[in-house]
Formats: sequence, C-alpha cells, structure tokens
Amino acid sequence: MTGAEAIAKCLLNEKVEYVFGYPGVAIAPLFDSLYDKKIHSVLIRQEQNAAHAASGYARISGRPGVVAVTSGPGAENLITGIATAFADSIPLICITGQVDSTLMGSDVFQEADISGACESFVKYSYIVRDAQDIPRIMKEAFTIATTGRKGPVLIDVPVDVQHAKLSHFSYPEEVKMRTYKPTVEGHAVQIKKVISELSKAKRPILCAGGGTFLSDAAPLVRAFAEKYNIPVVCTMMGLGVLPTDHPLFFGMVGNNGDACGNRAMNEADMIIMIGARVADRSISQPDLILKDKILVHIDVDPAEIGKNAGPTIPLVGDVAHVLRAFLKEDIRVSCDDFISQLCAYRKQWKEQKEEARGKKNPDGCVNPAAFIHALSEAMDENAVYVADVGQNQLWSCTNSVIREGRFLTSGGMGTMGYALPAAMGAQLADPDRQVIAVCGDGGFQMSMMELATMRQYKIPAKIVVLRNNTLGLVRQYQHLHLHDRFAVTDLGVYPKLEYLTGAYDMEYIRLTDNADIQDTVRRFLGSGNSVLMEVNVSKDALA
Amino acid sequence: MEEMHRKVFQLLVDNTSGVLSRISGLFSRRGYNIESITAGTTANPLITRITIVASGDDDILDQIEKQLRKLIDVRDIHELRPEESVYRELAMIKVACTDAQRQGVIALANIFRAGIIDVAPESLMIEVTGGQEKIEAFVRLLDGYEILEIARTGVAGLGRGVKNVLDIDENGAVRPMYDRDGKRIH
Repeated sequence: MTGAEAIAKCLLNEKVEYVFGYPGVAIAPLFDSLYDKKIHSVLIRQEQNAAHAASGYARISGRPGVVAVTSGPGAENLITGIATAFADSIPLICITGQVDSTLMGSDVFQEADISGACESFVKYSYIVRDAQDIPRIMKEAFTIATTGRKGPVLIDVPVDVQHAKLSHFSYPEEVKMRTYKPTVEGHAVQIKKVISELSKAKRPILCAGGGTFLSDAAPLVRAFAEKYNIPVVCTMMGLGVLPTDHPLFFGMVGNNGDACGNRAMNEADMIIMIGARVADRSISQPDLILKDKILVHIDVDPAEIGKNAGPTIPLVGDVAHVLRAFLKEDIRVSCDDFISQLCAYRKQWKEQKEEARGKKNPDGCVNPAAFIHALSEAMDENAVYVADVGQNQLWSCTNSVIREGRFLTSGGMGTMGYALPAAMGAQLADPDRQVIAVCGDGGFQMSMMELATMRQYKIPAKIVVLRNNTLGLVRQYQHLHLHDRFAVTDLGVYPKLEYLTGAYDMEYIRLTDNADIQDTVRRFLGSGNSVLMEVNVSKDALA
Repeated sequence: MEEMHRKVFQLLVDNTSGVLSRISGLFSRRGYNIESITAGTTANPLITRITIVASGDDDILDQIEKQLRKLIDVRDIHELRPEESVYRELAMIKVACTDAQRQGVIALANIFRAGIIDVAPESLMIEVTGGQEKIEAFVRLLDGYEILEIARTGVAGLGRGVKNVLDIDENGAVRPMYDRDGKRIH
C-alpha cells in the first residue's frame, strides 16, 4: 500500500463522501487512489472554492469537509478558503500535495511553504515526512478538526511520501494525544451559578452564535428558551437558531443587526452568550453595553472567554452539554414584563421593515428588502439560504424569513464569492433539500467559474444575483463617509448574465419590477433545471 | 490603560518541527509583548521546555496564557510566580578598556561574581549570571565604560521545591508528580 492509498483508506474509514479539489502533479497520486473508491472527487474550478464548497458541505452534513489540492499555487489559492473556515470554526481537512521531501526548502518548481503560510488560521497543521505516520496523522487531524472548537486542519504531503510504501496499515480506533483535551462538560459549580442568577434575573436574554450550530444545539437553545420563557437574540452566525417568527425571537444583534435585537441586549440585566465570540460586529462596545449586567459566556474555547468582554460567569464547555445540564434544572424565570416590552419593540421594528419593503425603487429596479422577504417566504420550510457578502448579506439577514431551514454565510471573514461554492457543498450534503445562493454581482463574479462545476456534477442549487453594477456595500460607505467619491466600485454593465447562463446551458430568469416578484420567485423556485435569477436593484439602495 | 505587569511562563511542548514558530507567531500576530524566550530540551528528548517572559495588562497576560494553552503542541503551561521560582539569565558583555581601566572593570565584575572569559589588549569579555535585575544593574554600573557588545540569553526558570515538578512518562505524557498541596501523587 502506498501513502496515497493509505490516505484514501483513512478517508473511507472516516466515511468521507466527497473530496473537493484540483489536481496537479504533486497531488495526482492521491486523486489516483480515489479514482476507483466510493469517494467522489469533485473538480472545482479554483482552489479557494474547494474550501468554500467543503465548508458548505460541513455545515449541512455536520461532518468535516475534505479538500485536496496540489502544491505551490494550488495550495496558495486555498488560503483564503481556509482562513474563511477558520474564522467561522468550520471543520475542514485540507490535504495539499507538496514537492518531493528531499527537495523541500530549495525553492523548486511549485514549492510553497503552505503550512508556514497558513499557520495563523489553521487549528493545526502537519507535514507528513514518513508514510507510516499517515494513519495516525489522519486520525488526529479528523479528531482535532471536529472536536472542541472546530476548525480547519492542514496536511501537507510530499509527493514521494504519497508514493512511498507502508509496511502495514492499521487505522487507530482512537487518538492518543496527551496535549489535546478539549473541555466538553461544563463545570457543575458554574452551571449552578448561572441557574441561580437566572432565577433572580428580571430581564434575562439568550444570545446565540454560530457555536450553537457547530455543536448541533439549536433545538436545545429553543427548548431552553421555551422551558423558562426567556427571550432570544442571535448573532449573524446564529441566525436560524429560532424561526424568525418564533414568539421568543427578537432579532439579530450587532451593527448590522436589528434595532429590536440591540435594544433587547441593551436593556437586559442578564445576558447569556451561547457559542458566540462577543466579536466587534456583534457587540461593538462591550464595556459600555455590559455595564451593570450579568454576563454569562458559554464557549468551548476558553480563550474566547474574557477576550473581548470580562464575563461575570465564565462557562467553558460544549454548548449542547451545557444546555442539557440547564434543561435538567427546574426554576422559575419571571420576565413577563421584559418580554412584553420587547414585543412592543418588535412590533415597531416589524412595522418599520414592512414600510421599508413597501418603498418604491427607481423604475427597472426591485426593492431588495421586499424581494428577499418574498423569496424566503416562498422557499421550503427547511431550505438552506446561503448569503454572500456585502449589501446582499445585510439585506438577507434583516429580511429573510427562516423557519426550520439554515442560513449560511461567511460571518467572521466576510469572504466575497463564498455563497455559490458553499451552496454547492450544502446541496451535495443534502441533495433533496432546497439550496439557494444569494449573491451580489461583485461576489458572484468572484466565483462564477463554479457554474461549470455545478453543471458538470448536476448540482441543482439555485442562484440569485442582485444586480446593481456596483460593489454596493463599499459604495454605500463611500456615500456615507467619503463624500460620494465612488472610487473603484463601478462594475460596469458586464457580463450579460443571460449570455453567461447560456454559455453554461442554464435557465435564466430576470426580475426588474416589484409587481412581478411573487410570480418570478415562484417560477424560479419551481424550475427543475439549474437556474440563475438576476434581480435588478438600485445602486442607491442602502443596506 | 491598565497597569502593565510582567509574567514568566514555563511551557512544556512537543518537540515538533514548527513549534517555536507557532509560539512566536502567536505573539507577533496578536501583538503581545514578548521580552524574552528561551528553549531547550528536557530530560526527555521529545519534550522541550520553553520559558517566556511576557508583559501586558492583566487581560492581555490572561489571553497569552489561554492562547498558548490552546496550541496543540503545548503539553503544559503555568506561570512561574516570583515568590515560588528562581529565574536566571546569562549575559556576555564585551567592554572596551585601556590598561588603566582594566583593574576597575575586573573589580566591578568580582562584586557581581561575574567572570572574565576573554582578555584582549583593548577589551574584556565578562560573563554574568543572575536575575534580570542583577544583569541590568551590572550593565548600568558599566556605564562609565564603553560597552562594545552585549549578548543576553533570556530568562530560564524553575519552580522552587517539589510542587512544580512534572514527570514525563514513557509515552511522553506530562503528569504532575505532586498535587496542589505538595503531596506526592505517584
């Protein structure tokens, strides 16, 4: 058995279904060993998108996404994708080919120190020097990527190691890593403290982040909120933790969040952060907001606790474990006054949103808020909505209606071009589910080469492009802060997407009038083909 | 701005390729102040002991410890508290001196129990060992002379007594030999 075959066997042992990647001489042995295995290799059109596709796959399947690319430029192209996954704690296994180990360090053709380059945004990285180490390293990599605070792990495999023979192969049952023991169970004393404070709180609130999905705990957050009747808000990464119209849900927090969600946080006397980082975009001035409040911070990563805000009660542990412990308690939480206050805020906020959706846009342009609201309402109960980055993302956060579905986006890194490849990965993870990518025309052009991948593998994800011929969110910033000097944000009017979709043999739908929203959305969602809908929006629409 | 403090951390790390760059990279990218870092193997060749002197306010120092602990190669990290530990640093100082100055420099060196390790017609090389304060005091006293070069190793430290001693078993696992009260565990 060669090193490459050993890697393939490890992937089979880990029940990997898809490897997203791009070959080159330095990774060809691995793809060769996958050729006749039950693992599908998906040929992506640019390496960064392999990581995004793997990320979409991981977020919907709950299993790590696997990527394989070649050395040098292949590995370098992957970097942004890895950093994007790291920022959102998405488990990935990234296998990079490397030049012959005897030549490493001599700057030969297509050599790059990829483990050095990725050091600050992988959870861990390996350079495989001996093929015999492959089973152990693969087992460790899968364990590290999927436990504790999840994240990408890089495995750099020189091509001679892929060719080298293993004397024997045995895949370890478990890992023996004395240095790596993430805390899973929450500390019993801290849990009691939280419960005791909660029973005294008058205005408690739960704020859920991306960690709730990473530990598959969204139903537990809901059960916890419902059991004790506690209001819930979320960060952008936590969207979908409760259905948008759940009586206890009061919106998204942060500088792109809802007025209602932020007021709820400001007026609370006890905030329970669940799997959220207290990051700058969610809570921009932690000292100010958290003054005179009890802050409980639940996170599996001890280093996140106290990084941005000093909690009153730190609670290290897996969110699901901690919530299960909370659910075993039996206390009374009385915050009916707070809830009715928040309901008044929410009513006001909903009226504002409705008013915004009713606003007329210039001729030939659709009101983006109205469109996104109608689109998400017409989507399946459990649909996956993948938002790209920019104005489209902010419109999506505020206006989409989420029921039992998921909302995916690049929250931490804000990587444009994420939506299309991530939607492909999500669709492969669950072929029967409706998956919609919503992009702007800037982000779409960063990953539109993946239309070819979609067509080649018959991935039925649907694409919406909000078209305003400009980089809208930057233009909005230029409008608000740079005296309307629109430097380098004009995209012109090309490409003509009807021709582009023609080139890829896809169905094309255009929407230019508010009056047509319902019908066009129905046609779009009802289409059995690969379909792209172009929606004209105004350059001047603000998010 | 909170008050700045200095802390000495002792780390036991797996002797993997890249472990030092992982640690130093962490300090540079997060903008932590590192005053000195020393590394050397322990009795077990698989394990390296690293001593880091870092400074910052309490929040930063807390983050430094947590972020270092999070690194997968780090087996153990703890603070070497001044009252419970001994720190040493070695400095080599090359001083320009004429025949007339030589005896004065040697006398100063003797007071600090420093050794003369090289003599040239116009210079002396002195080796001095001690805590950071002692070395800094010695360098200050040499102010009147022309210091040509200084090489400092950075701080190495060990906890006093038995409490901090860690045992490394045959698998390379670190386990404390003593509990918090100083009672021997195994």
